[in-house]
Amino acid sequence: MKKDEIPQDPSPLDKFTKEVCYAVDDKGEYTTALSRGWQVKADALGITWEEAQARTANAREKVKNGEASPILFFMELNMMDLPIVAAYTGFWQWTIKRHLKPDVFKNLSEKKLQKYAEVFDVSVEELKNTNPNAA
Amino acid sequence: MQLNFQHIQAAHCENGVTTNLLQHMGIHQITEPLAFGIGAGIFYIHIPFLKISGGPAISFRTMPGQIFTRTCSALGVKIERKTFSSKEKAQQFLDDCLAKGQPAGCQVGVYHLTYFPKEFRFHFNAHNLVVYGKEGDSYMISDPVMETVTTISAHDLERVRFAKGALAPNGQIYFPKTSEPVSEERIRKGIIKGIKHASWFMTETPVPILGVAGIRFTAGRIKTWRESLGARRGGLYLAQLVRMGEEIGTGGAGFRFVYAAFLQQAHAFVKRDELLEISKQFTAIGDLWRASSVQASGIYKGRMTEQQDFNVMGDMLLNIADKEKAAFKALYKIKW
Repeated sequence: MKKDEIPQDPSPLDKFTKEVCYAVDDKGEYTTALSRGWQVKADALGITWEEAQARTANAREKVKNGEASPILFFMELNMMDLPIVAAYTGFWQWTIKRHLKPDVFKNLSEKKLQKYAEVFDVSVEELKNTNPNAA
Repeated sequence: MQLNFQHIQAAHCENGVTTNLLQHMGIHQITEPLAFGIGAGIFYIHIPFLKISGGPAISFRTMPGQIFTRTCSALGVKIERKTFSSKEKAQQFLDDCLAKGQPAGCQVGVYHLTYFPKEFRFHFNAHNLVVYGKEGDSYMISDPVMETVTTISAHDLERVRFAKGALAPNGQIYFPKTSEPVSEERIRKGIIKGIKHASWFMTETPVPILGVAGIRFTAGRIKTWRESLGARRGGLYLAQLVRMGEEIGTGGAGFRFVYAAFLQQAHAFVKRDELLEISKQFTAIGDLWRASSVQASGIYKGRMTEQQDFNVMGDMLLNIADKEKAAFKALYKIKW
């Protein structure tokens, strides 16, 4: 890449920082320059976020229909998968899978709910009484 | 309390931390590309069966921590590296370091990194930064991918240092301890060692998911993605590949430009003209990676969704694999 070919596209980085790029100058020597961003990767990030939001919406729908417990909604909201939730809570993955069932969730102890609430950065009340319509 | 620490922005976080910490202890010859090359940071792996945020597990860089360790060991710098199970001890150790005037590198997760924009906060645990001061309840942070220094609260720092999941940092802290003055000869040896290591790894490891063979593996997989996942999910997988190679903190084009810069800078220490020639090859390879990203973006943007488009993408990676094989072989064969 030549120095004057470094892309300077608007990107989500704009409010944050510019990034260093390595490129060659006219004499073929490597040098660094700052870049605002590149449309190609802004799109890659964009589509990843769209997917995350679609998954959250899907989870919300499931909670509303009583097919899953609110834990699923908060998992998707925080972009977590089972191994990550397991690592944060200390529960086994199969335990968490069980907790995703609304019937099991209803009978969870306060202590276990507290663990989930901490990981998802919400209060136990919010975790239990998530109104997926409002969220 | 604030240490006198010079923040130099870098393309990649671990290179930046390594360079800045070594510069701080007076090893001024070290630049980001040199740290990357001596630390043999260039890499490729595609782990099948493992998914990262629902996409393929691909990495263009070595395991976190390796660049720092290898670069320091090649330069004869003694290092301290510690992980913790107790959060209190981790913070105490950091405070003690700062009190002794030692800025410290930390491995962190980016999900709770408050100063990052929301769009970039994924569950990715191999980010690196330097803590160089403490003022009341907040720590002063030199994050190498950022233009300027920043601060973070003690609570947030603890959170990112104890992020969980793949590559969990466990409060990992590291810094160079002592060093003799680093001679030109030492750097020269380090460069040769780094090149040997990287070129051996990329071409000589008989594992089909590592190095150049790994790129071929990915290429083959890409061609099946449309059939097995559908155009949309296939596109998401490609977006993940592009993000791994291009996103901020990677240096772009899967580090290939940084490596080309390294070979050019290495030439100043090791007078071998092949290096300049091979550096040009890597620049061309970097351009090919970027062209492949453009092709991928056509797919994940939904402009191109035919099997033919995935095939073209796969073939582009095969071409890259051939070019990289030639370039790394040339490096591997140099008689030093």
